[in-house]
Amino acid sequence: MSQLPKPDRAQLRAKYPDVFDRPASARLAMPAMIVGAFAIFVFGLVDLDFSPSKLWSGVSQLGWITLMMIPPDPGSSLPAYLSALGETLSIAVLGTTIAAITALPVSLLAARNVIPSNLLRFPVRRVLDSIRGVDTLIWALVWINVVGLGPFAGVLAIAVADFGAFGKLFSEAIEAADRKQVEGIRASGGTALHEIRFGLLPQVLPVIAGQVLYFIESNTRSATIIGIVGAGGIGLQLAEQIRVLEWQKVSFLILMILVAVAAIDWISGKLRFAIIGQRAIA
Amino acid sequence: MTTAVSILPGPQLAALNDAYRQAVARKRLRMMLAAAAFFAVLIVAAIGAEVNLRTLFTFFGNFVSYFDRILTLEDGTRVWTNPAEWFWGWRKWLWMLGETILISYVGTMIGAVLAFALNFLAAQNTSPAPWLRFVIRRLLEFARTVPGIVFALIFVIAFGLGPMAGVLAIAIHSTGALGKQFSEIVENADMKPVEGVRSTGASWLSCMRFAVLPQVAAGYASYALLRFEINVREASVMGFVGAGGIGQELVVAIRKFYYSDVSAILVTIIVTVFIIDISTGWLRGRLFGKDARA
Repeated sequence: MSQLPKPDRAQLRAKYPDVFDRPASARLAMPAMIVGAFAIFVFGLVDLDFSPSKLWSGVSQLGWITLMMIPPDPGSSLPAYLSALGETLSIAVLGTTIAAITALPVSLLAARNVIPSNLLRFPVRRVLDSIRGVDTLIWALVWINVVGLGPFAGVLAIAVADFGAFGKLFSEAIEAADRKQVEGIRASGGTALHEIRFGLLPQVLPVIAGQVLYFIESNTRSATIIGIVGAGGIGLQLAEQIRVLEWQKVSFLILMILVAVAAIDWISGKLRFAIIGQRAIA
Repeated sequence: MTTAVSILPGPQLAALNDAYRQAVARKRLRMMLAAAAFFAVLIVAAIGAEVNLRTLFTFFGNFVSYFDRILTLEDGTRVWTNPAEWFWGWRKWLWMLGETILISYVGTMIGAVLAFALNFLAAQNTSPAPWLRFVIRRLLEFARTVPGIVFALIFVIAFGLGPMAGVLAIAIHSTGALGKQFSEIVENADMKPVEGVRSTGASWLSCMRFAVLPQVAAGYASYALLRFEINVREASVMGFVGAGGIGQELVVAIRKFYYSDVSAILVTIIVTVFIIDISTGWLRGRLFGKDARA
């Protein structure tokens, strides 16, 4: 058995100073970051009025509320809740569809391989970014001012908020598309529109369909909350029942939302599987 | 150089063409059926959501004029001609904005710590017992499916009005979302180090600490930063239900038709979200390399 020569520590040390003596800045960076993060956390707790007594009384309140929630019971308003749930689903489906249809042409303008000019693409991208920067709930408030209370304001809010998200996602899908098919169309004498229609769209439509389905799913969630500010659907019922402290109804409504979201999840998973195949779902 | 394109004899070609047309026709039919079904769903949805195109057309002018109005000061001039007047309340708004960011920061921290505590129990490859994994997974699912603002509504009643309710709502929602993402990272981790550590007789806790954690810590931090970014947006609307932050100011401005205030607050929110997006993107790029930036 061969014996490895015993490493000469001093020599190694002299040879690789970086390994043995990391500079103080590198050694202290991590602890400093952790201490800093923790300091901000503590400052936040103090600044936001956290106090043990408040926390404790709140938790015991919450315990009471949870006890009052059992068992979930819709009382006599089950039909109203079901129709509100239908309204919510309608808001999600319709809002997402409107957003997808309007975002598709705009996303072409924001894609690098369709519009090579920075001058046109930059403002389009910034507008999409700004729209995404505003929460759906804020859009809902704005639309309520414009078209009045009700589900229609919810549809428009989801449509506008998703327009920003879709514009970005679609343009990314278009940029990821294979260049060769577009070149093929051009080589056979196609115009720019032909290139988009026959070269790009067949590649990106399945991706887009998958994204739209995913958004319908996540918008079911958004649609439940925009009701809280008065834009129709089950959120309206939920907010009302919370305000009047009807906890059994509240827990029933939350259960309804969970079941509905799970159902939509399942359906859209199946549909996505049918459209783009197993591989792309993961 | 010329290349001859060989053309098949007539009958053979006709048969092939027929088969092709049939295949295309079948595909088209399926497409049409799917489209028809989709339209049926849309129409039902339109009726359900009380969509009225006439209302839209009459009110679309309102939408445009709404933006016209929020960009006009009280004296009738455009907002950007007089920024001092437009942002008259900037001290208060910046203060509220700071509170908003703090809410999302503290909420994200609490959520990340809770998710960290739970995720090893929820991941398939590290969970000590299947029943425990099932329970934790359902809990996380519940925390992430119920929208944060619903938690906020309930917490406002339990903990009273104020930022505490917002922080806790965001913390719970983040726990659900991060717990899932963290456990997915753990499921992708290499199990060989775990076997190595276990073979030395280490407990479950030491396995997690010395074999899994070094692999996953960077991924955790990256996801936590991303969640912070999302939570800033979420925290900006927590004020709508009285859970602190700039949302309170915004909802008052919108409901009371303080038009120029609405645009000023929106601009500050959008700019803040931009800054946070860019700086966390930069930070993630610095800390975890370029691929983590996406």
